Amino acid sequence: MEAFIAFWDGAAGSSYAFWSATLVRATPLLLVGLAVAVAFRAGVLNIGAEGQLILGAIAASSVALAIPALPAMVMIPAMIAAGAVGGAVWAGIAAWLRHRFGVLEVISTIMLNFVAAALVSWMVRGPLQEPTKVYPMSVSFSEAARWPFLLDGQRTHLGLALGVVAALLMWFVLTQSAAGFRVRAVGAGASAAESAGGVNTRALTWRVFVVSGALAGLAGASEVGGVTWALYEGISPGYGYTAIAVALLARLDPRGVVLTAVFFGALEAGGASMQRNAGVPAVAVQIITATTLLAVLALARWRALRAEDVLG
Amino acid sequence: MLELTLVPFLEAAVRTATPLAFAALGELVAERAGVINLGLEGTIIAGCLGGAAAATLGGTALGFAGAATAGLLVALVFAVFVVHVKTDQIITGTALTVLGLGITGSIYHLWPALVGVGTTLPTTGSVRIPVLSAIPLVGSALFSQPWPTYALYLLVPAIAWWLARTQAGLGLRAVGEHPAAAAAAGLSPQRIRFAAICFSGVMGGLCGGTLVLAQVGSFNEGMSAGRGFIAIAIVVLGRWTPWGAAGAALVFGGAFAFQYLAQSLGLGWPYQLFLAMPYVLTLILLAAQRGRAAAPAYLGR
Repeated sequence: MEAFIAFWDGAAGSSYAFWSATLVRATPLLLVGLAVAVAFRAGVLNIGAEGQLILGAIAASSVALAIPALPAMVMIPAMIAAGAVGGAVWAGIAAWLRHRFGVLEVISTIMLNFVAAALVSWMVRGPLQEPTKVYPMSVSFSEAARWPFLLDGQRTHLGLALGVVAALLMWFVLTQSAAGFRVRAVGAGASAAESAGGVNTRALTWRVFVVSGALAGLAGASEVGGVTWALYEGISPGYGYTAIAVALLARLDPRGVVLTAVFFGALEAGGASMQRNAGVPAVAVQIITATTLLAVLALARWRALRAEDVLG
Repeated sequence: MLELTLVPFLEAAVRTATPLAFAALGELVAERAGVINLGLEGTIIAGCLGGAAAATLGGTALGFAGAATAGLLVALVFAVFVVHVKTDQIITGTALTVLGLGITGSIYHLWPALVGVGTTLPTTGSVRIPVLSAIPLVGSALFSQPWPTYALYLLVPAIAWWLARTQAGLGLRAVGEHPAAAAAAGLSPQRIRFAAICFSGVMGGLCGGTLVLAQVGSFNEGMSAGRGFIAIAIVVLGRWTPWGAAGAALVFGGAFAFQYLAQSLGLGWPYQLFLAMPYVLTLILLAAQRGRAAAPAYLGR
């Protein structure tokens, strides 16, 4: 009970808890959830959003640290672009390995997650380390590189607005445009889309990899620009894996991802509060995440079976 | 000079390869039945915890039994979902990996005494085999190891023989290649897949047990450190054969052990390079292998 009260206080018990804890944690989950959703829609099993997020964070931090004198009007768009490119390049490696060498993306993206973790660990102890060379982190960003808050007195930042816009944009493209139809067709059956629909599946999956990686990279830029204002080793506590649950619980619908990201953001915020105030480890949230994922999978199968019964 | 650097390197390579080989052999059997078990990482960390908890109660033998049981429990959940509810293998496996890491991490924080934090865990020491361990260069690497390594010397040929030469092994491979035909021949693809997943769970658990009881000597949160995913890559690199998997596991053992060699050679490279090396090596070797011609036809379906 004590744990539950701590959970509620941390996630939704006050306007500060909701706006500054839950929504701040929902922001990366929203962007990475969209990254997973678009990939899974096209049948691309990108398990590597974690690594793409890290690369986005490294790239955005590099821009912020390299030219700290830039005005915010230039700095923030540059960080957004760098983050997206960083994530896209990392996902692009997996796309290239798949198309050129037939390496399954399930394995390559997971391997790239570990490489990314080693890379950021080296960055904060090597080229991007703060000048005293004591702490494994970068120096704090200049004012211009700190993303604006959306509300006075709350920590919700520009990244959330970007995420919501990205969700609406993705929903529109997927449901209202020919390109979106092709993505869904390839996801439903690549060979049918290729032979009957004349879709160039190779070019399409390349683009999906890049878009997915760019969104995950954006989440990394948003974390360093909006939350930490510096590059740390543990920049992501497993957002890339939680995002799979975020995307699937939303049944890969971008509008739904907004809601499920807030739900899992509340779980994370409540989990952190439980750890501070009731001594329940935050890692316990992973149990809820996994259980939700399994329940969603079972429910989806059960629905499909019922649909078969009705038809058959 | 060569002796001084190379012998410890080879010893470390075999020692590191041992848990990987356990996990990879289990995954191999599951994959030959058409099941890709991405929850392997979850079974390994469960095995680590089960091994540590059981060993504090009753020594290393009970520890290994506990490790196998814990791995089996995680695999049972995976099997029920994948075989009976027929959920997607990749996503179910990912969920079980997250579940395994979450449960073991929570237990570690809530009840540290249960997993032997603060006490010294009983561990298995090296067993030196007379004569063979005296072979120059490779002798001590191969024949002065804890007994799980020797168990592998029996398991690899046994599994290879079982898959290739027995009726049951043929049935298992048939389920992986063409489940409908296997069913027409009177086999139960569901039951065979269920059993294969359970076997991969026991082996994943033993991987965790070996890690805790024959190498590290304590349980730490997240100590499986991606070994489940590396084991899956090992299966692909070994072209789905037990001997191939054993060889690929050794290559990885070497990649992990390379940092000891580099230290003794005085190479001043950043240690993160060594952390990343096994994973980069996986990608390079997978790319070099090209395609997946040797994969069971119904893998993942």
